[in-house]
Amino acid sequence: MQERGMIAVLEKAWPVLVLVLGLLLAVVLADAYGSVLMKRTVTDALIKIVIVVGLYIFIGNTGIVSFGHIGFAGIAAYFATWMTCCAMMKPITMTGLPDFLRLETYSLWFTALVAVTAAGLVALIIGLVLMRLSGLAASISTLAALFIFHAVYANWDNVTMGRASIVGIPTYVTLWVGLGGAVLAIVVAYLYQISAFGLAARAARDDEVAAQASGISLYWNRLIPFVLSGMVVGLGGVLQVHFMGTISVNAFYLNLTFITLAMLVVGGMRSLGGAVVGVVVLSSIADVFRRLEAGVDLAGTRLSTPTGTQEMFLAALMLLILIFRKDGLMGRRELRLPRLLGGRAAGAR
Amino acid sequence: MRNFLQVLVDAVALGSLLALVALAIGLVFGVMRLINFAQGDYITVGAYALVVPTASLTPALFLGALPVPLMVAGVLFVVVLLALATERVAFRPLRDSDPATLLISSFAVSYFLQHLVMLIHTGRPKSVGIGQALTTPIDIMGLRVPGIQVVTMAVTAVLLIALVLFLKRTSMGIQMRAAAENFQMARLLGVPANRVIAMAFVISGVLGGAVSLLLIVQTGTLDIRMGLMPVIFAFFATVIGGMGSLVGAALGGFLVGGASVLLQSFLPDGLRPFRDAFVFGLVIVILLVRPKGLIVIGAARERV
Repeated sequence: MQERGMIAVLEKAWPVLVLVLGLLLAVVLADAYGSVLMKRTVTDALIKIVIVVGLYIFIGNTGIVSFGHIGFAGIAAYFATWMTCCAMMKPITMTGLPDFLRLETYSLWFTALVAVTAAGLVALIIGLVLMRLSGLAASISTLAALFIFHAVYANWDNVTMGRASIVGIPTYVTLWVGLGGAVLAIVVAYLYQISAFGLAARAARDDEVAAQASGISLYWNRLIPFVLSGMVVGLGGVLQVHFMGTISVNAFYLNLTFITLAMLVVGGMRSLGGAVVGVVVLSSIADVFRRLEAGVDLAGTRLSTPTGTQEMFLAALMLLILIFRKDGLMGRRELRLPRLLGGRAAGAR
Repeated sequence: MRNFLQVLVDAVALGSLLALVALAIGLVFGVMRLINFAQGDYITVGAYALVVPTASLTPALFLGALPVPLMVAGVLFVVVLLALATERVAFRPLRDSDPATLLISSFAVSYFLQHLVMLIHTGRPKSVGIGQALTTPIDIMGLRVPGIQVVTMAVTAVLLIALVLFLKRTSMGIQMRAAAENFQMARLLGVPANRVIAMAFVISGVLGGAVSLLLIVQTGTLDIRMGLMPVIFAFFATVIGGMGSLVGAALGGFLVGGASVLLQSFLPDGLRPFRDAFVFGLVIVILLVRPKGLIVIGAARERV
């Protein structure tokens, strides 16, 4: 009886356990044997996992494609920048900041907390308005929200330094910090997914009318994942600036939106495992192309692919997935406990 | 008064340009529920077809070196071909997908084309001088209007009239309107789906090519993201006007163009840099009040 209970717990935790152990293994290997460049690539992928899992919390559970979430990453990232960067330059270059940001520097933990909360608050305000919409109108309005974010931050010169880059942000994000962020994002996403709220959101996704008839509010069950995913994506933005050490408004615009969406689509929009798998697959492909663009020696001659091939390949791959495997590599499934360890057969639930 | 008239002319000129892009997006959306974000890259490719691919910042002219009628025909041909190719390769296999998936796929196509242009022409902005004679202002009843604005309005008027005649008077046009109204029903009654959709892409290519030429005369700069701003504004124009309604798309184009010129002129100085944010905010407000846009067509209503 006790063993049964253990297996049930194991089965419940399995989708997360597998992902976390897989990432842990990758980090241990990269830390021990990887070159400096390799470590950076893996860290970057871990940060992307935070962002893509954040996207998944909303898109996967509600079925509404959001094009605006990178804006939340940008908002959190700018908060982190204002609170930690360049104590000498800040009072001169960012004169529009209120004194408590302009003159003070805060600890990194507190900064991360405030930045993520700020992203959550903005998501709440935008969500309160936009979650009244359904389907395509909701998607389009999230895109409008991203453009508003960009138009404001790119022109708010005395606060964001406009389109210029801000440098001198402390960089503390290593492999292990990245891993911590990714694990936190995955656990939050999974806990939400198996909670009653997550179930209600997916019910609303699958059949709006039937869900409403069962007393499930479309509005609240879209708003909750919207805010939660805004915060997780915001965490990704914070990690990103503390990894790069610089920030510019174009780093949080259409390119990042496209790449993270591509990762989610390739992995599978309706699966948490898919979100992680998508990041791993596309990051690996990007890494291969980076090497090719740098040039490889082949039979004595140095060959390199021209700049831009990586992006074209990525776009083509995304189209192929959309055409031939609409639910992504993972389909709609999560990673399941193998039967060997006492898991139920596929399709048993 | 004169100042106001000047602003009005600016608004109508910008509105016409956006209306052309919005019509292209609206037309394709009508027949296959695809919001074609790659429309902006059709514009970019059309403009780049004017020059020879080199790394030079002032490249030699390619199609741009031809006499004007041939140049116009050449650019339109290139863009139409591109539009048809994207339809055949990327969008046709996805025809039965939901609109959000189609929108993602058009992002992918756009991303692909943008980097293809970058691969061929390098990513740096280039300058190109075509039709500079048109940029000198003309005196119309005391108003000094740049010639290109007059040309833009005239071209828009001609294309709008041609499009209306095509949709109302030709068999193909009527089939296209039927397909936009109810695609399944139209097919059952013998409207050939492939041909109607291909035709919509041909028209969107023609409109895209026209916009390429008008834009390049106006700005004189080639940039791989030159199609982005027009397509974003036009995209929201079609949304405001009502997705699938062509009258709505044209109306939306003029509204968005008008709103952005008016905001530019009348916003207080401190807020002027944020003009675009106000325009996009307006989009959200309109979507909240009328989620289906200003003009709702029958096919857009959801049934349970």
